[in-house]
Amino acid sequence: MSGRITAITGPTVSVDVPGLKLHECVTVGAAGLMGEVVRLERGRAVVQVYESTRGLAVGEPAAGTGTELCVRLGPGLIGQMFDGLQRPLVAMAAQHGPFIRGGGAKVPPWGARTLRFVPLKKSGERIAPNEVAGYIEEGPFRHAVLASGEGGTIERIVNGEFEAEAPVFSLSDGRQGFAFHSWPVRVPRPYRRKLSRVEPLVTGQRCIDFLFPLARGGSAIFPGGFGTGKTILEQSIAKLADVDIVVYVGCGERGNEMAEMLDDFATLSDPWHQQPLMSRTIIAVNTSNMPVAAREASIYTAVTMAEYYRDMGYGVLLLADSLSRWAEALREISSALEEMPGEEGYPTYLASRMAEFVARAGVVETLDGRTGSLTVMLSISPPGGDFSEPVTQACLRTTGSFFMLDTDLAHRRHFPAINWFQSFSLYEHEVSARFDAAVSPDWSALRQETRTLLQREARLREVAEIVGTEGLQDADRLLMRTTEAIRRNFLMQNSYTEDAFSTPQQTLERIAQILERHRTASGRLEKGELLETILRESA
Amino acid sequence: MRLARHSYTTIRSVQGPLLFLERVLEARMGEVVRIAFPDGHEAEGEVLKIEGDVVLIEVVGESRGLDLDHSRVLFTDVVKRAPLSPAVLGRVFDGSFRPIDDRPMFIPDRWAPVAGFPLNPVARERPQDLIETGLSTIDGLNTLVKGQKLPIFSCAGLPSREIAAAILENARAGTQNVPGAASAVVFVALGLTQHEYAYYGEALERMQGDFVAFINLAKDPVVERLLAPRFGLTVAEHLAFDLGRDVLVLITDMTNYCDALREVSTAREELPGRRGYPGYMYSDLASLFERAGRIKGTAGSVTMLPILTMPEDDITHPIPDLTGYITEGQIVLSRELHQRGIFPPVDVLPSLSRLMQRGIGKGRTREDHRAIANALYMNYATGRDLRRLEAIVGRDGMSDADRHVLDFADAFEREIVHQGSERRSVGETLDASKRLLERFKLGGA
Repeated sequence: MSGRITAITGPTVSVDVPGLKLHECVTVGAAGLMGEVVRLERGRAVVQVYESTRGLAVGEPAAGTGTELCVRLGPGLIGQMFDGLQRPLVAMAAQHGPFIRGGGAKVPPWGARTLRFVPLKKSGERIAPNEVAGYIEEGPFRHAVLASGEGGTIERIVNGEFEAEAPVFSLSDGRQGFAFHSWPVRVPRPYRRKLSRVEPLVTGQRCIDFLFPLARGGSAIFPGGFGTGKTILEQSIAKLADVDIVVYVGCGERGNEMAEMLDDFATLSDPWHQQPLMSRTIIAVNTSNMPVAAREASIYTAVTMAEYYRDMGYGVLLLADSLSRWAEALREISSALEEMPGEEGYPTYLASRMAEFVARAGVVETLDGRTGSLTVMLSISPPGGDFSEPVTQACLRTTGSFFMLDTDLAHRRHFPAINWFQSFSLYEHEVSARFDAAVSPDWSALRQETRTLLQREARLREVAEIVGTEGLQDADRLLMRTTEAIRRNFLMQNSYTEDAFSTPQQTLERIAQILERHRTASGRLEKGELLETILRESA
Repeated sequence: MRLARHSYTTIRSVQGPLLFLERVLEARMGEVVRIAFPDGHEAEGEVLKIEGDVVLIEVVGESRGLDLDHSRVLFTDVVKRAPLSPAVLGRVFDGSFRPIDDRPMFIPDRWAPVAGFPLNPVARERPQDLIETGLSTIDGLNTLVKGQKLPIFSCAGLPSREIAAAILENARAGTQNVPGAASAVVFVALGLTQHEYAYYGEALERMQGDFVAFINLAKDPVVERLLAPRFGLTVAEHLAFDLGRDVLVLITDMTNYCDALREVSTAREELPGRRGYPGYMYSDLASLFERAGRIKGTAGSVTMLPILTMPEDDITHPIPDLTGYITEGQIVLSRELHQRGIFPPVDVLPSLSRLMQRGIGKGRTREDHRAIANALYMNYATGRDLRRLEAIVGRDGMSDADRHVLDFADAFEREIVHQGSERRSVGETLDASKRLLERFKLGGA
């Protein structure tokens, strides 16, 4: 079905193609730009275009494709770098040079290639629905190929090499199984059920692991003004977290940062498996100067790829930097559609869209009975560093952990600039109990002790503002010395040195040592020794 | 391509710089149109929106004198493009790329669309080659590298132009003393007063390397303010990626650019965002700033130094705020330091260079660079906190150790931040910093 363009406004165009469905993909213009139907009226469909609409003319052709926006799923995603529509950036650079000029058909993520299939079933055997027919290996990862629908009797099954797009098995009723399939990005992938189990997700960041721990299958946000180290923190976690696969979305952020990240990921290796980082990472990127509508789609592209690996029973971590840029893209499209604006011009469905997205995280029992997890970490860039804005507030209601990045801490180069009073983690009790069992029974107690000391310090600071530190009692001055050590030697972590990664064991030892010193010094102080003597000796 | 040019006299309405045209058969987004005024003079315009046969056109230049009956609009079938040639060097143009230096227009080798194309992130080279600016607060604490975009956040009345001029005169690539290594400067003036422009004009003349200038003064059309930086960047990309030059793009003042954007957006009756600025201002600014960078396998670089004035000295105002989210750091000027006679009055605490890490250290500047910078930051931040305490309890109520750090903060501002017209190499900055830390026996170095 085809028609013509009738109007163009910013990133959206109207077309008169008959018979379109909502969210159907449409090609528009002589150059064949990709877009998606976002509104239908009789005789008119509004399409958000994933590429720059500059140069597009009214009267140019438009045609429906019959499918929604899909990603291609199968072996070979890992180590790749895609744009927001899953176009391979390396192949695009090789074909079209360093600049993205837009237009043209969708470049497939892979060219022709052969893969190796290991069958678990023989021909003539029965296969049940969602039973594994065999697998394909991608590095250490096994891509299982399942029987869809109601199962059946296997007529033919590949053993060994096959052309990637060819079927790997066929059933007696003629249906076939493939190693690859397409999945619409806006539809969550199916699973048997969600599990409510809480396992720690070790990030290697002392402040997070110890004070505000993350759970596998959980969700976390970290809002912060510019310069508070959102990207550095997010990239450190992408490098060091204890997960099988990392999907990183650069959503409306800086191009140079992505170049840096690629450079790092190609050379560094992950501390858990001693493999190059890229061999467990998928990157989707839509920098701030790339088209806005594709930015809106990029997080869905990424989460669908993440779910695909979750469904194979792996622990997947999705990091998005930054969700605010996604929300702004939503706002831009909404305003081009002349929808009624909500708070700060954002559409009123912002919160529900965001909740739907965050709800794709979780620990699941997969269709073939394995356990996989998808953890979501989102950075947020609140305008003016003001956390009362709609994006932060909408996220706060749906996520499990909140790491507030503090401009004051960042200005004094305290990184990660996580504010220890405002941040929280809803998983803290369950996860700390796990650490009590796995690392040391003292974990929770030390944690409480640390928090108490930091709270007392904050109160003492207020007093010191008035009377000066000299006016404080010795015990209080000692406490301030200790909390300074906690801040400098424990909470602060330099992501450019060896210190960037701390195992739970190392984290515990470090804090235990600081607190032990404090207890010893307090004891001596009580016995009447002079504070100066104690400090001089322990320095 | 259209076979015939077409022109219309069917103007429905004119609102400020915007013009609605009816019964148009074919129009392209971003297409350039020529508008013939009843009095015979011509102006250019650009297609902003197409709704059926009604087209919204933005008039570049003055719209005074337009009427509904006799004005004529001619469609050219091309999007806005910039003429490119090495002959742009040494020339001065207005915001519509017309020469204003009394010399004839050059003959272009080729034309390129001014909006540019996004750079594929995998084709970007990681920026890591130092540019020495001669200013300690930048070189020592917030190092600038080739391909970076580092804005200067100024306040009304602060010497941002003196700082910009000092950088233009002193910038060198690397630590070797090779002059003119930022081998071309593209200077874009947006809404400047004649007085400010004259100052920059002199600075450009004193500079040794090549330059191109795009000048839009306060009296010039507002819409040209949106165009001039795009011309400048298209030329910069040509010089950098076609001709292998290291290009420094200086844009001042971005606050005027954002106000022009707001003015046009309001005329289009778009929904206003924070403080009336349009919701797409982030994407619009990004389409400029993201053009800084380097390309793998290509020699040149585009480095950007935009200057903006923070309205009401407020860093959370949408202009500095959105800029800071796009750029790789910021240099923040302080009114308090300026009033104490410190030049450049850079407040190092909120200042930041995100790409510093790779530009410094062994093999680039010096192995101890990071440690010295960290020690300065740490102790200066403590000193600044203590100043607040001092204001309450008085100097006598403080411990010796605290008074010592206070003295350090004062000395740091006097000796490292302040440098007047002296140019310091990175080595000199680091030596001076190290001596200061040693004198105060403060650790880290």
